[in-house]
Amino acid sequence: MLANLLLTRKRQGSHTMAYPHGPAPVLPQRFPGMPGIVADLCMPDCPAPCIQACSTEAVTRIDGHIQIDTGKCLFCRECEQACPCGAICFTGQHRLAAARREDLIIDSMPTHGPAAKNINATKSFGHSFALRVVSAGGCGACEADVNVLNTLAWDLGRFGIHYVASPRHADGLLVVGPVTKNMETAIKVTYAAIPAPKYVIAVGTCAVSGGMFLNMNECNNGVDTVIPVDLYIPGCPPHPLTILDGLLGFLGKCPGLE
Amino acid sequence: MPTPCLIVHNGQAFALADVPCIPEEAFRTWICASTTAGMRMIALWCVQGKDRSMLYGLLAHDKNQSLRLCSCLVGQEYPALTPECTQAHLFEREIFEELGIMPKDHPWLKPVRFPQTSHHPQKTIGEMDFFQIKGEEIHEVGVGPVHAGVIEPGHFRFQCQGEKVKHLEISLGYQHRGIEQTLCTATASMRRHLMEVASGDTTVGHTWAYCQSMEGLGGCKVPPRAQAIRAIALELERLACHIGDMGAISGDIGFLPTSSFCGRIRGDVLNMTATICGNRFSRGLLRPGGVAYDIDQSMAENLLLRLDKAWKETDGALQLFWDTPSVLGRLEHTGMISLETALDLGFVGPVARACGLKQDVRQNFPSPPYDAHTIPLVTGKLGGVFDRAKVRTKEINHSVAFIREMLTRLPKSSIMAPMPSLPAKRMVVSLTEGWRGEICHIAQTGPEGTLAHYKIIDPSFHNWFAVAYCLRDEGISDFPLCNKSFNLSYCGFDL
Repeated sequence: MLANLLLTRKRQGSHTMAYPHGPAPVLPQRFPGMPGIVADLCMPDCPAPCIQACSTEAVTRIDGHIQIDTGKCLFCRECEQACPCGAICFTGQHRLAAARREDLIIDSMPTHGPAAKNINATKSFGHSFALRVVSAGGCGACEADVNVLNTLAWDLGRFGIHYVASPRHADGLLVVGPVTKNMETAIKVTYAAIPAPKYVIAVGTCAVSGGMFLNMNECNNGVDTVIPVDLYIPGCPPHPLTILDGLLGFLGKCPGLE
Repeated sequence: MPTPCLIVHNGQAFALADVPCIPEEAFRTWICASTTAGMRMIALWCVQGKDRSMLYGLLAHDKNQSLRLCSCLVGQEYPALTPECTQAHLFEREIFEELGIMPKDHPWLKPVRFPQTSHHPQKTIGEMDFFQIKGEEIHEVGVGPVHAGVIEPGHFRFQCQGEKVKHLEISLGYQHRGIEQTLCTATASMRRHLMEVASGDTTVGHTWAYCQSMEGLGGCKVPPRAQAIRAIALELERLACHIGDMGAISGDIGFLPTSSFCGRIRGDVLNMTATICGNRFSRGLLRPGGVAYDIDQSMAENLLLRLDKAWKETDGALQLFWDTPSVLGRLEHTGMISLETALDLGFVGPVARACGLKQDVRQNFPSPPYDAHTIPLVTGKLGGVFDRAKVRTKEINHSVAFIREMLTRLPKSSIMAPMPSLPAKRMVVSLTEGWRGEICHIAQTGPEGTLAHYKIIDPSFHNWFAVAYCLRDEGISDFPLCNKSFNLSYCGFDL
């Protein structure tokens, strides 16, 4: 019995992740990360089919310049395919999280990701950050990838971040989903039950802005229409690496950002 | 004289005028007699008209592999089918809540999802008359909507005598986003996005059902290569979820090795999906007409290598699980559902198969490529946690073999066919076998060839009652284990 257990363990091998001291896990070639706009290729007189192609009003034109709001973006690449000039391209960059909502809007090629760091949170919870996770209309995918960070290879606990079973034990609230009308009260009550200082993290495009549920009767347009949000992590769903990077960036622990 | 119902085929459209509309009494007799004779209710839904509404019933004869459809006109109320046909209970509650059409003498007419536009007198979520057992020894346990773990919201109300659960009532609706209601007015590309999130861990299952319904209505022939890639994605989805759940079951009984191994291997399978389309949950892969991403030779070889590795590791983790007596002790005779209950309440998917029912869309109502490449149907015997885990373990094996076969022999063709516009006044029934069971989409076009009505039935809609049922006379501490052996979707139910 014991021998069988040890043998199976040996066969499974070691899967310790090099990240954050070594390189991050390699993302697939087709992974759509941070989008960028090549300003020179984007023509001001273009009929901008990219705007029509977007289902969630993420692509807009302001003063002749195309902008993409990654907080509304489903990363479906429809705008990239619709663009006749090849001006829009999705890079493989996983860093997407931002502390300020307006930092999610991009109008050029990204050089580095948006700023996620929160100085107060870093001071208070830099070494230990307990999160209460609530799904408020999420489809199950964001929950799954938030959960993945707790599996052994990602091992969220080594960064001092852990999920807790009660808001009373929490320093912050991580919300997925647009906040359905039916979850509005529950979210407010959970938020109120967390002792201050407290921080709110919106994970997934629908939590950031409503996403594909934008202006639907049964949903709110994202978490910040119900309670204040301190960190936005877009994606549909965001890759576990994007979520982890966002959390670490928020607490000032991100490799390459200190 | 037999009732003149219409025999329909999975994914093949028919004219609305072909659906027989029979008197209400005859419809009732047809439903009750057929379900008593062993047929299964896939769907019961209502399309609202000006004065009278059209009530449709769709039944499956799993043995004969046929789907039967019939309809009748109803006014603001009609005698409920539920007293004679238990399978109709939730559908009738749904019809009342959405349209206000009263199924008279329904014994359990409670709210379903608490939408903003509800016709039910109990409109506020959380405020519901829960069934209560009275007595000195009885205590009540309420859990949710916010749970201790990282899962979706729902409310569970237990009536317990000591440690024993006498009754469990599950009240959902917290995830209700109004997907069905929005579909008919949404753009085609928005519809696809909404289908992808109907139940986010079943993206391929739901999106395939949606694409198949559009292709059926429009008369579009999907290229064989696209069909194969869809099937690979569907089976990868099944693989990831079954492996993840086997790990979770293992975790809930405190057997940590398999829990740890499976949690990681699930990620490897999701990453294979991400290799195909860039997204771990198959977002953007399926489109009406075909698929958006091809699998070339080198990718197929790479996926095969990774599949073999994941399979070896899963096999090892699960063999360890099944070889451990203390694990078996916790699984056996826990969360039992009898064959009769499964038939009466119309359960689907691995839950029904664990009870011994031969019920799988891939076998009974296959659409390509499952018609030519069959997947063996796995059944259990006793219908408890043990059998559900066993069925899932065997399905993992079959899915791996299927994906391997598909990847080695990908048909040569294009991956996308042009999607014609939708013809007027037609209807289609589209079924797929998601990892939780039968997914049913029913689409109907109006006089202008636009979508007039769209109905989604997630397997969880049938199966949530199974969770409540299997907890009867079970220790309350076994709830997590029982629940995990189903792992139903809240948002698939709530839509």
